[in-house]
Amino acid sequence: MADHNTQSVGLVVPQTVLFEQPLTLACGRELAPYELIFETYGELNADHSNAVLVCHALSGHHHAAGYHSEEDRKPGWWDECIGPGKPIDTNRFFVVSLNNIGGCHGSTGPTSINPDTGKPWGPDFPSLRVRDWVTSQARLADHLGINCWAAIVGGSLGGMQAMRWALEYPERVKHCVVIASALKLSAQNIAFNEIARQAIHADPGFAGGHYLEQNTVPAKGLALARMVGHVTYLSDDAMASKFGRDLRTGSFEQGVENPVEFQVQSYLRYQGSQFSENFDANTYMLMTRALDYFDLAREYGDDPVAAFSKASCSFLVVSFSTDWRFSPARSQEIVDALIASGRSVTYANIAADEGHDAFLLPIPRYIELFSAYMSRVGEEH
Amino acid sequence: MRQDLTHIQQWIEPGTRVLDLGCGDGEFLQQLREQRGVIGTGLEIDPDNINGAVGRGLNIIEQNMDEGLSNFPDDSFDTVVMAHALQAVHYPDRILDEMLRIGRECVVTFPNFGHWRCRWYLSTRGRMPVSRFMPYTWYDTPNIHFCTVRDFEALCQEKGIKILARDMVGNTSREPLLASVWPNLFALTAIYHITR
Repeated sequence: MADHNTQSVGLVVPQTVLFEQPLTLACGRELAPYELIFETYGELNADHSNAVLVCHALSGHHHAAGYHSEEDRKPGWWDECIGPGKPIDTNRFFVVSLNNIGGCHGSTGPTSINPDTGKPWGPDFPSLRVRDWVTSQARLADHLGINCWAAIVGGSLGGMQAMRWALEYPERVKHCVVIASALKLSAQNIAFNEIARQAIHADPGFAGGHYLEQNTVPAKGLALARMVGHVTYLSDDAMASKFGRDLRTGSFEQGVENPVEFQVQSYLRYQGSQFSENFDANTYMLMTRALDYFDLAREYGDDPVAAFSKASCSFLVVSFSTDWRFSPARSQEIVDALIASGRSVTYANIAADEGHDAFLLPIPRYIELFSAYMSRVGEEH
Repeated sequence: MRQDLTHIQQWIEPGTRVLDLGCGDGEFLQQLREQRGVIGTGLEIDPDNINGAVGRGLNIIEQNMDEGLSNFPDDSFDTVVMAHALQAVHYPDRILDEMLRIGRECVVTFPNFGHWRCRWYLSTRGRMPVSRFMPYTWYDTPNIHFCTVRDFEALCQEKGIKILARDMVGNTSREPLLASVWPNLFALTAIYHITR
């Protein structure tokens, strides 16, 4: 562990649960059996009313808080917000964080063995939609004896899962926290995802998605996909202050031919290569498609007001001023629909330079707001 | 609790829906919730106030009412309240229209610029009044649309807005009576309960 942070949940051990009963997916296919890997933090109270579900974003997983071993350098991906005294206070809440199906961190996904063929699923893994994750999360809730979540919380793609929960299982969620999210992707959002997918496709190592069987690795394609994605998570301001035009090597000295590399170039390449070592290309394809397909109001006549009329929980919606992937305007669409449908809603647009990534960072106003709202959740459960 | 806010409470029916425009840290909405079982929503733009109001367990929307209220449906609230903000918005007349569209009834409070001290200050010194109550100078004041009691009532008449009740808050213990008899001279704060 990097430090002895008293606000950490400490060492955590992931659990896995096997579901034998087939899961009928939105695409019409069935998945069975399947496994979900998850972690829990805090204690479930006697009447099981203090459970909080954390839904992960595009490249997330079950390890949201604490450490897996004493040697871990970094805690879970949302350690800033989950722990004793943190917004999702583990002294108060029982927190459940899972890796969604289709993932590559332990839940059944493209790297798992397809029982029909005895080979990895690879590109043949059924296509998924956000509602499939929600259905599988509901089964996990059943397994854990959680009839109703005190809150379901998610940023970005995680926020979409939280909203879908509110419509699919209105009686099973009291509060829905939607951070830096949107009702659906814009053409620009889909375009960036398509560039990422094409980058993976173009890598010969991808082999049409059959790289595991062929023993190749689409590392370059996946790294490039991540680089494109990563740029959309940062703001112009954040990149300017973090890198500016600083050079890592070389110079522009007159009369000297000296190959130049900007800091931002090496940063992006490092992010890309790190990611490609830890993530599965087919999962990336699957998750970006699920993101593209998501449209909360599609089945409600494209009317988000009609959609939210099905919900009965209270909502906290948060956006960040420099987020251009899911801009404040996208959050305001959510808020306006919630207001028009008569739902209980709180909304804040946090001034932050960090772009979409801000939802993972300890920005004081954001942490204070999130804590204040979760205290209310804690008092109401 | 500010005096104008305690006056407003009498006009809010228990258990109704209230929208508070410029709700500050939510003290008033919290009191309405605790004492009258009101279901409240607040609009606010100050980050500290928003966090404070969320800490009270209230529903708060970060939204600048100067940029419009069109996201609130017609008749979606029983009462829309705007305390001490009318003079600070860009288009007070349009905000009033919007308030009356969103709420069945509205409560508006504002500082009365017709108060004798303002008149005295302006007539003797020839300069815009600065006081403990209105501490800004003309160039840095957020209060860009001061009006008097008579100005407000003239606007109501022009727009066909019905005044259900009014309440005037004077300066000292001597002045409450004066404020109700000659509000345009003695009211520091004017409080109106209006409807279409």
